[in-house]
Parts: sequence; structure tokens; C-alpha cells
Amino acid sequence: MDWKLCRQLFSSWFKIGLFTFGGGYAMLPMIEKEVIERRGWASDEEIMDIFALSQSLPGAIAINSSIFIGYRLAGAAGAVAAAVGVVMPSLLVIMGIAAFFVSFKENKVITAAFTGIRAAVVGLVAAAAVRITRSNCRSAAAGLLALASLLISVFTDIHAMWVILAGGLIGVAINIRKPGVEEQ
Amino acid sequence: MIYLHLLLRFFRIGLFTIGGGYAMLPLMQHEIEANNWITSQEFVDIIAIAEMTPGPIAINAATFIGYRVAGVLGSIVATTAIVLPSLLIILLLSRVLAKYQGHRIVKSLFAGIRPVVAGLILSAAWFIIAAVFLPVQLENGAAAPVDYASIIIAAVAFFLVYKFKLDPIKVIIMAGIAGLVIF
Repeated sequence: MDWKLCRQLFSSWFKIGLFTFGGGYAMLPMIEKEVIERRGWASDEEIMDIFALSQSLPGAIAINSSIFIGYRLAGAAGAVAAAVGVVMPSLLVIMGIAAFFVSFKENKVITAAFTGIRAAVVGLVAAAAVRITRSNCRSAAAGLLALASLLISVFTDIHAMWVILAGGLIGVAINIRKPGVEEQ
Repeated sequence: MIYLHLLLRFFRIGLFTIGGGYAMLPLMQHEIEANNWITSQEFVDIIAIAEMTPGPIAINAATFIGYRVAGVLGSIVATTAIVLPSLLIILLLSRVLAKYQGHRIVKSLFAGIRPVVAGLILSAAWFIIAAVFLPVQLENGAAAPVDYASIIIAAVAFFLVYKFKLDPIKVIIMAGIAGLVIF
């Protein structure tokens, strides 16, 4: 077991958990910085594969992604280290609030800071979304698929899992006969 | 025993929700009502707090409910239980995936999936923009005033990260401070 790698997995995912405000893809900017840029644990393409699987499996996307990356780098111990890391800030902060909290919502200082943070998260997620889309949609076909999935997701109630599955089948139909399948 | 009960209930929530943390909230509400753990007003408060505190929403909510039901140990049990299904499934699945990773069908599959996920992420960005900036109807029927300060903070955050590659953590800390000054 690689202790050093497990420690890195724990601390990186702890950081991601600590600075993720909101759910779902709100953690994308942090994952991009920490997992892709700083540690080099996954490429832009690999992170999309991990998100696709994470969204199609039971559980929260942030947790599933941490487990996938942890497992790939350091086996079952790495998966546990990453999952514990990403969950730990929630545990500590929420237990603190639950123990001492009376009027968190009415606290003027906290709501003011949060209003600023929430606005910034909008910009951060938008920036990460644009960047990761550009690096994953280098062909017209890929661009069309991304647009279709964006529109379906915004305007219909179709579950993301089905959209992902359909994209995969289209990918197979387009690419299966191409020699040296890499990316679209 | 209360801990075993929490473990089983939250394990089930973790196991049967596909599509991320928000999908878990209705199941949690159902369990809360079925078990009389907390009042539904408390649950609404918990969701608000879960959104304002660091960490994935579902995890925050599970930790909070666990604490209210059975203290520190309760929150650890609930949080562990909600993560456990993910851990078990992915450990199993990763072995299978590693075996077929290089296969051309799997490669073609993911070549189609990547742009779709990009679209989903763009839509997530859109939903966050809409939730924060689209004018909400006030109780008297009038639209709330547009919050220009928030729009400026979001725009600055976007450019700092997109153009200047600033660390998002620094941007969040700066935005928190800006929030204290402005709001």
C-alpha cells in the first residue's frame, strides 16, 4: 500500500470537499485545479469518463468521482482515502453547526459571505464548464452531441443517465469502424 | 438499535439514487417522515444549511440528520452509510472496466459519451446561473431587483479563473470577503 499517495489523495479531496459550495458540478472547478492541473491524476478526457460513470451510478457525483480516481491511483486503499477525504469537511463543519447552531440562517456575517461565495461559484463553474467542453469537443459531431445534450437537459425531464447512454451508442455507431479510435 | 437503523436507511438512500446528491433529497425526506426523525421544517432548514456549507449537499444533509437522530456517532454512521454503496459498486466495477478499457467498443462508447457529459456540465452551469441571477417573484407579485453586485462578482470570478488561471480556492475566499464588505 502506497501511504504517500493515499495521504495525497486524502488531502487533495479534503481540499475539494472543503471548498465545494453547492451540489453536483459545483466541485468541478476544484477538481480541475487539484486533480487535473496540480496533481496530474487524470486528463481532460479521463475526467469526463469518470463523470459519465459517476452520474450513471448510485451516489453523489463528487463522492463517486473521488472513489474512481482514488481506486485508479492506489487501489481499494486509495478509494477509501479519497472518499474519506472528500466527506471529512462536511462531517466536521456540519457536526460543529449541529452542535452549536441556533440561528445559522439569521447570522448576518455568514449570509453576507455566502452571498459573495455563491455568486463566485457561478463564475467558477461557468469557466470550468466552458474550458472542459472546449477540450472535449474538437469535432463538429462532438459539438453537436454536446449541444443536443445541453438542450435536452435544460428543456426536458429526461434523466441524465439516458442521455449519457444515448451518447455512448451514437459514439459506437460513428466510431466503431474507424481504425485507431481515439476521440472525436 | 438506532445506529443499525440509521446505517440501513442511509445505505438504501445511497444505493437507490442515480444522478447525484440532489436526487437523494426526496428519498431522505421520505425516510425522515416515515421515521419521525426530524420535522419537515427542520429538513428545509437543513437543506438551506447544506447548501451554504462546504461539501456535497447529500453528504451534508446525511451528516446533519445523523447528528440530530443519534449525536456524533449517528452522523458518522449516516455519512458512512450513504457513501458505502458507491464505494462497493465502484470497487467492483473498476475491476471490470480495467479489463475492457482498451477495447474498441468501450473506446467508441466513451468517445460519444464525453461530449454528452460536456453538455450536461454546461447545463449544470446554466442551472446555477438561473438559480442565482434570474429574477424571482416576490410575495407581492413584483420582481425582485436585479442583484448587480452578484453579477459583477460572478463575472470577475469567471475571468480570474478562465483568463488568468487563478486558483478557484483563492477566488472563493476573496468572494467571501467581498460579500462581507458589500452585502
